[in-house]
Amino acid sequence: MSARADELKPLFRQMFLIRRFEEESARAYAQGKIGGFLHLYIGQEAIAVGTSAALEPDDYVVQTYRDHGIALARGTSARAAMAELFGRATGCSRGLGGSMHMFDAERGFLGGHAIVGGHVALAAGAAFKSKYVGEKRVTVCFFGEGATNIGGFHEGLSLAGLWKLPIVFVCENNEYSMGTPLHRTLAVEDVTKKAPGYGMASDRFEGHDVLLVRERMGKAIERARKGEGPTLVEIRTYRFRGHSMSDPGKYRTKEELEARKKKDPIPFARAALEKAGASAEELDKIEDEVEQEITDALHFADESAPASEDAVTAFVYAPSEAARRAAEVDARANGVAGPHAAADAEE
Amino acid sequence: MREVRYREAVREAILEEMERDERVFLMGEEVGYYQGAYKVTEGLLEKFGEKRVIDAPIAEAGFAGIGVGAAMTGLRPIIEFMTWNFSAVAFDQILNNAAKMYQMSGGQLRVPIVFRGPNGAARQVAAQHSHSMDPFYAHIPGLWVCAPSTPRDAKGLLKTAIRDDNPVVFLEGETLYNVKGELPDAGEEELIPFGQARIAREGDDCTIVTWGRPYYTAMEAAGKLSEEEGIECEVIDPRTLRPLDHDAIIESVKTTNRCVVVHEHWPYGGPGAEIVDRIQRDAFDYLDAPVLRVSSLDVPMPYALNLETLVLPTPARVLEALKKVTYR
Repeated sequence: MSARADELKPLFRQMFLIRRFEEESARAYAQGKIGGFLHLYIGQEAIAVGTSAALEPDDYVVQTYRDHGIALARGTSARAAMAELFGRATGCSRGLGGSMHMFDAERGFLGGHAIVGGHVALAAGAAFKSKYVGEKRVTVCFFGEGATNIGGFHEGLSLAGLWKLPIVFVCENNEYSMGTPLHRTLAVEDVTKKAPGYGMASDRFEGHDVLLVRERMGKAIERARKGEGPTLVEIRTYRFRGHSMSDPGKYRTKEELEARKKKDPIPFARAALEKAGASAEELDKIEDEVEQEITDALHFADESAPASEDAVTAFVYAPSEAARRAAEVDARANGVAGPHAAADAEE
Repeated sequence: MREVRYREAVREAILEEMERDERVFLMGEEVGYYQGAYKVTEGLLEKFGEKRVIDAPIAEAGFAGIGVGAAMTGLRPIIEFMTWNFSAVAFDQILNNAAKMYQMSGGQLRVPIVFRGPNGAARQVAAQHSHSMDPFYAHIPGLWVCAPSTPRDAKGLLKTAIRDDNPVVFLEGETLYNVKGELPDAGEEELIPFGQARIAREGDDCTIVTWGRPYYTAMEAAGKLSEEEGIECEVIDPRTLRPLDHDAIIESVKTTNRCVVVHEHWPYGGPGAEIVDRIQRDAFDYLDAPVLRVSSLDVPMPYALNLETLVLPTPARVLEALKKVTYR
């Protein structure tokens, strides 16, 4: 089997995992196990996975409310993500955040954010920190084309460009700002035309080929890492489902949807793998493993305890560093595993 | 009379006022082709066309500002926020431009604008989407703030708001859109004046002041208390938080000598605290118990349903407060 197949296989697996995770979460939503809003990433998986593959493990990522895909791509377990959707204590945000607010600080995932544009300057802030302390870390900030009209987007890019921050802004242009097609929301459809005004580089390409995403994002990430400033990347994509579970997506035709499904990143990757010499059996086995992982995640979420009532008030204010340390010492003494207990034990 | 849902009542008010006055237009996200994120504006684009029912991109500060500028120069905009949560990014336009223009210009420029949309927690939409924005806006002189609980109040107040020459913040209940209520028959116009409370339930034993979603919570608790203990509450819905019907509240407390204020916004300050302050000031000698408040807990809204239920006011919590002030 070729080197290309070896590279592609783990990415195919991740994309398939995200797809199956979301299909099952849609089902769980219909069963009433998940509440609130649920925005699916189905159709856009190659962007999260390709970008993640181009990042170092300690790089920062900031995303909108359509955040399951990137959380899983960055290594949040399907168990923790599903438990979050189910509102369980074992969820990646302890059941406090839900679908729109997944977080994984340990893996540099600074969250899913639900006010459009509000996270763009925040992402620039993470990049500012990296420049400030002189580390080589890069931040990637995702948003939709709908966000490019809002003030927060422009202010974030303005400052990042001015201060040459190590960040890549990724516009996942899925052509619909909720129910409104982009020709009715943008005076200029090419989002990257804004880049020169902010003094930053840009790139623009289609997002169904995960290896292409990895390669092109890799260049932008490298530029940021070398201190050459931010890049505005526009990746054209399409979501196969509605804006959220409550949106039947009546604003687009069946024909359009079917045409776009021909560029589904997952069959595309599978075909590429087969062409590169991977056997059908081998790929089926990957899919079977993913199915087991999803079944396990659903089971884990189902069996987990509900979000803790203590959590209602426990996280409104962070305790002082001294108090935090004392609690950790206390937890170790009492044999309770705190979030850092395992790492501390190895010291 | 006829039965109409809250969402339809809001729509009727917009429709009638747009028919009446060419200067009135509607702008917001998904108000036109999508028919409204909550289907409030269904059919309006077809009736009035793209000139007057305008889909705006996601740019709240931008379209709120366009509304203020258009209002200063003679139009009468209705600006819809998909939810009031998103008004936070347009806060500067409302606080610094809409609310102050008339005063800053020495009375030269009026801002006849209505900002409207759903307010308050829905169900499990978590910390950034569950705000009860009442205190932020009720705090600002120069704005009127409406928070109707029933379809009838929603329609009558919105018509008044659209005709008013001042900026109005119109807080609709996100979870109230399906609530049904009686409305005057078609053709019978009803304008509900600002600053006039509605007595939703009569009683001599305790006053409840409440508005928005918690109005229903309080009514349920009042019903239970009557059944269980024979204690009769007078429920006052102020309907507008600015102006506030001071006299209706004070007069009721003078009769009942007790009061519980039930609201969804956080307990620190806000209209809830304002009402309590007025009662202690103007009905001090009539009080037989401290005035209590039932509010959301003082925390950002958690996602999990079991936790959200703990945070929002419940009939049980209202009942507990009522029993406390009536010494049961």
